[in-house]
Amino acid sequence: MRALWLFLRRYNAFFWFILFFGFSLVLVVLKNNYQRSSAFNSSNALVGEAYARINSWKSYLLLTETNENLAKENAQLRNNLQYFTTHDTTRMTTVLPKIDSAQVSRYDFQVAKVTNNSVHQKSNYITLDKGLADGVEKGMGVISSNGVVGYVLHVSKHFCTVQSLLHPDTKISVTLDSTDVFGSLVWGNNIDYRLAMVKDIPNHVKVKKGEKVYTSGFSEHFPKGIYVGMVMETGITSGDSFLDLRIILSNDFAKLQQVYIVKDIYAKEKRELEALNQDNG
Amino acid sequence: MGSILFFNILRFVALFILQVFLFKNIGYYNLATPFPYILIILLLPIGIPNIVLYTLAFLTGLCVDSFYDTLGIHAAACVSMAFFRIFFFKITLEVDMVESYLTPLLGEMNFKWFLSYVFFSALVHHTVLYFLETFNFHQLPYTLMSIGLSCIFTLVISLIFSFLFYKKKKNRS
Repeated sequence: MRALWLFLRRYNAFFWFILFFGFSLVLVVLKNNYQRSSAFNSSNALVGEAYARINSWKSYLLLTETNENLAKENAQLRNNLQYFTTHDTTRMTTVLPKIDSAQVSRYDFQVAKVTNNSVHQKSNYITLDKGLADGVEKGMGVISSNGVVGYVLHVSKHFCTVQSLLHPDTKISVTLDSTDVFGSLVWGNNIDYRLAMVKDIPNHVKVKKGEKVYTSGFSEHFPKGIYVGMVMETGITSGDSFLDLRIILSNDFAKLQQVYIVKDIYAKEKRELEALNQDNG
Repeated sequence: MGSILFFNILRFVALFILQVFLFKNIGYYNLATPFPYILIILLLPIGIPNIVLYTLAFLTGLCVDSFYDTLGIHAAACVSMAFFRIFFFKITLEVDMVESYLTPLLGEMNFKWFLSYVFFSALVHHTVLYFLETFNFHQLPYTLMSIGLSCIFTLVISLIFSFLFYKKKKNRS
């Protein structure tokens, strides 16, 4: 017994190391199972508050650019609005658009400010200053005036964390401008936050450089037709009968300030219906 | 004794804030990121009891983790580095040195010793960090390159810090 005690004393550095290292590993593994405990991440009130304060200073440096973006978006929206408010039917060249009243109010947009952002990690997350108190739920999509950002991963009372597009697990259904084929948008093995990949485009489709890429609206996170980016490189084959494209993202993730959280009112209904498919195998 | 405690707390606060608000946003593409916060653990007094060293390393790692959204990874890396620190002291320092409460800073130690101390500690820390983060061996060259470049990055910034707060060796008797 005494010998054992002496042995433990003599090599105590090693045994403490095993103990603490084991505990850290348990934390890492637990995080993978339960998608991280909510106490130790940036949707936590204390950490979120600290980030929000620092960011309120940082946002001054980007005011010009943010302003420009918002003005541009305003102009675009005004253009669209004109389409609906003109009563002079003789002047309208195209047929009056049919508006499906069920689809019109399908999405709710809520403005949120970015309080923390990263682009240099392998898995990037963004923290926003809206939480449960503002009706944010897990899985809601997040867009900015320039394009897609990601979707909500965790929510606390006043903050939420977003799994950004710059994350290996993020997959977003997108479609091309010219044809209606769809593929999935992933960050891929990029180390550059301005680029992304579109995978699984069928081989027979001719894709031109400079073609625009939009969201397809198949996923519950995003409405249809949100601009994602432009095709930069075509013809990267991943074997098989599919084509990969490299695209330039329209969103500058490093300068993200104002974003919109998208709420799909029918998300639950759609999810429940689709869950039935899996039950039947 | 009191001043040692004070300087360690001050160092913790300053390096921690710099790490999570400044160095987190600095990177050479996604290849290299500096982690100079490891100085918090490296510059603890030499004769600190093992259990205290491990606890402080673990807590520092956990604090950084909560800002990086990577629960446990930095904690594991810091604990491994603490283990390496004990080992390194044992093979390079004399016994009376190991039991003193000196701060292993540039003014107290010679340059060569300090350089290898920071470099190898950073190597241990970054190796554990990057391998736990990727959790596989698929992109081994990429991971190894990240580790190497980050090490150099961390080392340079750590040396800049040490030169900024360089103090001539005091004459103790």
